[in-house]
Amino acid sequence: MAKAIREVYGTVLKELGETNKNIVVLDADLSGSTKTAIFGKAYPERFFNMGIAESNMVATAAGLSTTGKIPFVNTFTVFLTSLGLCATRGQVCYGNLNVKLGGAYCGMSDALDGATHHALEDIAVMRSLPNMKVIVPSDETSTRWATKYAVDTYGPMYLRLSRDVYPDLYAEGTEFEMGKGNIVRDGSDVTVIACGIMVHKALEAAKMMEEKGVSVRVVDMYSIKPIDKDLILKCAAETGAIVTAEEHNIYGGLGSAVSEVLAWGGAAAPTEYVGLQDVFTESGKYGDLLRKYGIDANGVVAGIEKVLKRKK
Amino acid sequence: MPLTAKRAEELKELCRRFRVSALTAIHGVQSGHPGGSLSVCEILALLYQERMNVSADRQDDPNRDRLVLSKGHAAPMLYVNLVEKGFLPADSMSTLRVIDSELQGHPSMHTPGVEMPAGPLGLGLAAAQGMAMGMKLDGSTGRVYAVLGDGELNEGCIWEAAMSAPKFALDNLCAVVDWNHVQLDGTTEQIMPIRDLAGKWRAFGWNVIECDGHDLAALDAAFDAAEACKGVPSVIIADTVKGKGVSFMEGQSKWHGSAIDAESYAKAMEELGGNA
Repeated sequence: MAKAIREVYGTVLKELGETNKNIVVLDADLSGSTKTAIFGKAYPERFFNMGIAESNMVATAAGLSTTGKIPFVNTFTVFLTSLGLCATRGQVCYGNLNVKLGGAYCGMSDALDGATHHALEDIAVMRSLPNMKVIVPSDETSTRWATKYAVDTYGPMYLRLSRDVYPDLYAEGTEFEMGKGNIVRDGSDVTVIACGIMVHKALEAAKMMEEKGVSVRVVDMYSIKPIDKDLILKCAAETGAIVTAEEHNIYGGLGSAVSEVLAWGGAAAPTEYVGLQDVFTESGKYGDLLRKYGIDANGVVAGIEKVLKRKK
Repeated sequence: MPLTAKRAEELKELCRRFRVSALTAIHGVQSGHPGGSLSVCEILALLYQERMNVSADRQDDPNRDRLVLSKGHAAPMLYVNLVEKGFLPADSMSTLRVIDSELQGHPSMHTPGVEMPAGPLGLGLAAAQGMAMGMKLDGSTGRVYAVLGDGELNEGCIWEAAMSAPKFALDNLCAVVDWNHVQLDGTTEQIMPIRDLAGKWRAFGWNVIECDGHDLAALDAAFDAAEACKGVPSVIIADTVKGKGVSFMEGQSKWHGSAIDAESYAKAMEELGGNA
């Protein structure tokens, strides 16, 4: 049963908080939206509503972590990774503190609120910080794993979460490994390396290309940092062409991370980038936005067709 | 128990030595912040050497007191205190800002005894608040001190934390403003007028205590009053002099972050009574 990622996250935090009393949750007056209110209702003494003050919230979490707490810091992705950045860099990452950032409305998922509320540069920002790990879940099961992994593993961590409902991808209880990606559909002509909602769009695109006689491999690169170098180079060698797909600016995010590995490994595979083409977005229904900005199956198909023309 | 006259004299002598030691390190590396290190001297010395429950042997003690030096550029004065407490080897001050040293230009977690990185101004009060919240959850008996600069009060995050700490009734939190009236480009009055500083904190719900930040007995009484106050956090507005103790540095923004030349260093040492 497909569920909204934010709902899963809030529910899992509450479940984990029942046994792990060190989990504390902070929110910036958006707990009804981020769904951390689910935790707050269950454990009010470990829930801190910090008001609309992102710097204060992240810096407070930094302090809490030094007392052995595991703070989860939550607000809309775009505000967390911009207004919360100074404390994230100067205290959480520099101090290698055990703080978890939950970016609640990634990409364009806060659709109707418009460009100011869309987060399309957060992966770039977060993956450039030393000590920070970056995870982008793609369904309920991977969101459950990512949240539990954040509790169980010491250090700064950024979870890129969505407001939206993602279809199910993994069977309940699937084991994930940090620093790895998963081949969720095999193919031999081209590999689409995707994260978050784009894994589902890539799978749709793969079906569309199958009808045209093209065999598409799809990788869910849920662990953006560290990233699975071996898998990327293996896909480049085996399929000879790469398309990256992300709900993020094409600069600095998954596409850039994959390209760094391809260049480092000397891979000869041409690469195309599906994502926001360095533009500010606008208000609209989520589906309309995804369609207009090419963050859908058709966008991935276009990327595949482009890269196949360049494939030797 | 109030400071005895004898102990006050000992601490005064310690402060003299700390000033010599901090200035010697800043002079040695030809880089650093003399003015704000000198103004915060008595505040840090009294806390570390007299009041705070901290020990190099029990660095993980959940009941220890904690200090966040939010005005991180005064790091040399923090380091001399940590040396005195045995967190750092006696000869470590000569490695200030030198490659491979534990003593970074601004406090880092690589340095034993440092509880929170600092440097980007404005974040320390919020971090101290987080510590105080965690310690309340755990029933820790420790107290948390956030030492702030006055220039730093230009930063918005200070006032975000000023608004939130009373909400959480953090009476285990004590902020100290090193109110030396001078920042990098000029006086605080010129750069960004603070106006009614005590009134601002009061309006946010803090217990406000004002005192002379170089008078050890007055400071000690202020910390006693802060500790006695229940239900709300306290702030001590410590009236200080930038560059205190070296006549030609006093009140001068020039000495906020300037290297100390040989002639000025010699003159400063003469005024402070020689080597550490």
